[in-house]
Amino acid sequence: MSGGVDSATAAARAVDAGHEVTGVHLALSANPSSYRTGARGCCTLEDARDARRAADVIGIPFYVWDMAERFHRDVVQDFVAEYAAGRTPNPCLRCNEKIKFAAVLDRALALGFDAVCTGHYARIRDGVLHRAADSGKDQSYVLAVLTSEQLGGAMFPLGDTPKAEVRAEAARRGLAVADKPDSHDVCFIADGDTKGFLARQLGPAPGRIVDTSGAVLGEHQGAYAFTVGQRRGLRVGTPAGDGKPRYVLDIEPVTRTVTVGPADGLDVIEITADSPVWTGCDPPTPPVAPVDCLVQLRAHGEVHACTAWMDGDTMRVRLHHPARGVAKGQAAVLYQSDTVLGSATISGTSAATSRLPAPAGADAT
Amino acid sequence: MTPHSTDPVYLDHAATTPMRPEAIAAMVEELGHLGNPSSLHAAGRRARRVVEESREQLAEVFGARPSEVIFTSGGTEADNLAVKGLYWARRGGSRRRVLTTSVEHHAVLDSVRWLEEAHGAEAIWLAVGDDAMILPGALRAAIAPAPEQVAVVSVMWANNEVGAVQPVGELAEVAHEYGVPFHTDAVQAAAQLPVDFAASGADALTVTGHKLGGPVGVGALILARGAAPVPVLHGGGQERDIRSGTLDTPAIRAFAVAAAACAGQRADEAERLTALRDDLVRQVLAAVPDAVLNGPPPGPDRLPGNAHFSFPGCEGDALLMLLDANGIACSTGSACTAGVAEPSHVLLAMGAGDSRARGSLRFSLGHTSTKHDVDALGLVIREVVDRARRAATR
Repeated sequence: MSGGVDSATAAARAVDAGHEVTGVHLALSANPSSYRTGARGCCTLEDARDARRAADVIGIPFYVWDMAERFHRDVVQDFVAEYAAGRTPNPCLRCNEKIKFAAVLDRALALGFDAVCTGHYARIRDGVLHRAADSGKDQSYVLAVLTSEQLGGAMFPLGDTPKAEVRAEAARRGLAVADKPDSHDVCFIADGDTKGFLARQLGPAPGRIVDTSGAVLGEHQGAYAFTVGQRRGLRVGTPAGDGKPRYVLDIEPVTRTVTVGPADGLDVIEITADSPVWTGCDPPTPPVAPVDCLVQLRAHGEVHACTAWMDGDTMRVRLHHPARGVAKGQAAVLYQSDTVLGSATISGTSAATSRLPAPAGADAT
Repeated sequence: MTPHSTDPVYLDHAATTPMRPEAIAAMVEELGHLGNPSSLHAAGRRARRVVEESREQLAEVFGARPSEVIFTSGGTEADNLAVKGLYWARRGGSRRRVLTTSVEHHAVLDSVRWLEEAHGAEAIWLAVGDDAMILPGALRAAIAPAPEQVAVVSVMWANNEVGAVQPVGELAEVAHEYGVPFHTDAVQAAAQLPVDFAASGADALTVTGHKLGGPVGVGALILARGAAPVPVLHGGGQERDIRSGTLDTPAIRAFAVAAAACAGQRADEAERLTALRDDLVRQVLAAVPDAVLNGPPPGPDRLPGNAHFSFPGCEGDALLMLLDANGIACSTGSACTAGVAEPSHVLLAMGAGDSRARGSLRFSLGHTSTKHDVDALGLVIREVVDRARRAATR
């Protein structure tokens, strides 16, 4: 129970469904500030109080679990390390993977609970993850990293309801958080200034900004301030020869070189991805043959038609049409219609296609 | 884990204890009356009389003179008034030392720390042993080299976490040998031990209503004549100009009624609670042989109703939650912000490591405790500890 309207309503629904529910607020910061200042950030002492009051109204026990140390290690430090390595992480995904459905779930199971219930917008049917009914709020992208075992210990009561209806329901239930604004941006960066946060964590790490020919266009103070596909904030003095806007095409962390170029330099046709999790196939193992499906390449991003297959331990995804703004470190989540097939972390992108493996059984003549 | 279907079992009397029916009745009756005890007219005088009779009753219970009883909003306020007030009254020249122990309640600890941070005080932390008892000679060793530099000494009568009973009489004597005022927080001691202000020799002594079966929100600083702390609260000049604020007549009356009732049965209760506590300790150790009883061994150096254990391999908050789910209330014994328990500062001061400090529970008995409460704990503690061990962070 974060102190927000979604987790409060989810808890209430779980009670109505006949479950024995206990509300837990996660203390994720070693020094939480007392008051929420705006909608950025989360889990201040005020949020803890809102969660407690929601638990009072719903009529369930309430505790605060201190996960600050693990959260710092597994989510915050990972976030900083990924940027330092030239990648663009998704901390919500990491939190679900390592904290909410790992540290918290493990502790809950050991203490005699059966599952962790959250206010996420997603659905589980027969152990398989699906998008939420409210496609604008759907969070299956950041939950697709969960293994089948983790999904077995998860409950998402809000998956079938549009957000607006959830707020109305919260109000009907007498939950004061019905009107509380949703928190957005990164929960542990309260002022929303990710660049500033990273600059404080990593310090100045100057390097060069170059074009695709290698010509030096300028200097930067930290490659972590850039993301592939970024257009704004490049601060390169001279305009491009062709007059077209420049975009970040690549970030090389060792030499700290940021490569910029025209928009069509962003075109990606094939992606490699690591640490794949397959949960939506039947059986939930990596498919033997290439699968035609849809891939989503960032949170709230559009889906792209593609073919996906396993190349050893690496997932390869060939897009049927080029996509832009594909960043290493983000998740590639595969869907068939609203069903999640699997997820992996983008490790490489290519403008050229590699060889598609032969379909299974083709050589057996 | 079987859900509880019996009545809740309350083993947290050190946190607060049920209000005595006679105290509730007295308070409810007084709530229906009108009058500010500071007013000069008939209604005010009537209320004032209730206050003064209560003051006399409390003075008698605690071996003090009525004029020595200063009403406050509770123990925390009384501790603040004593520590800060006596420091400010005595501060001057090189005199800026405050002597206290690291096992005090936060109301004393944090007041001392704040005086250090914001008022130029120097805190001297008197050494305690692994049972939380102040080491013999520690106070003398701290004062003797430069007694003129010491503003005030504060040592609690009995520790709220592990029940250690400090040698208050001896400590007061040492302090007076050097002309230093001595304050003692007797909040926990007052319910179960004979607390006699005059006999103790203390200059200032804190008590509170809700630990005796009175209401929350009222307490007293018992202050020897001649002790003149600088007030924390300024205003209408009530309580000898030491503590301003309209007196809460109903609460004061209930406080006195509760204190008298408590004193009337104290000796018998001490014996009864000692037996129950010893049985609790026996049952817990039988069920969990590697549990460690923290604090002084049961006897004259330990509060009759207090038990405190460390359970190796467990986190206190998991134990608390599991017992709570079984309908058994107890405490990890430490203050918390936002509901996240900190490791007990008392255990840490006793030399326990961080994990032992975090893996502890306090069970405290009171005037409504019965053998049923003890047996209920004995029945489930093994299962609870086993589960908490499974849940401990890897």
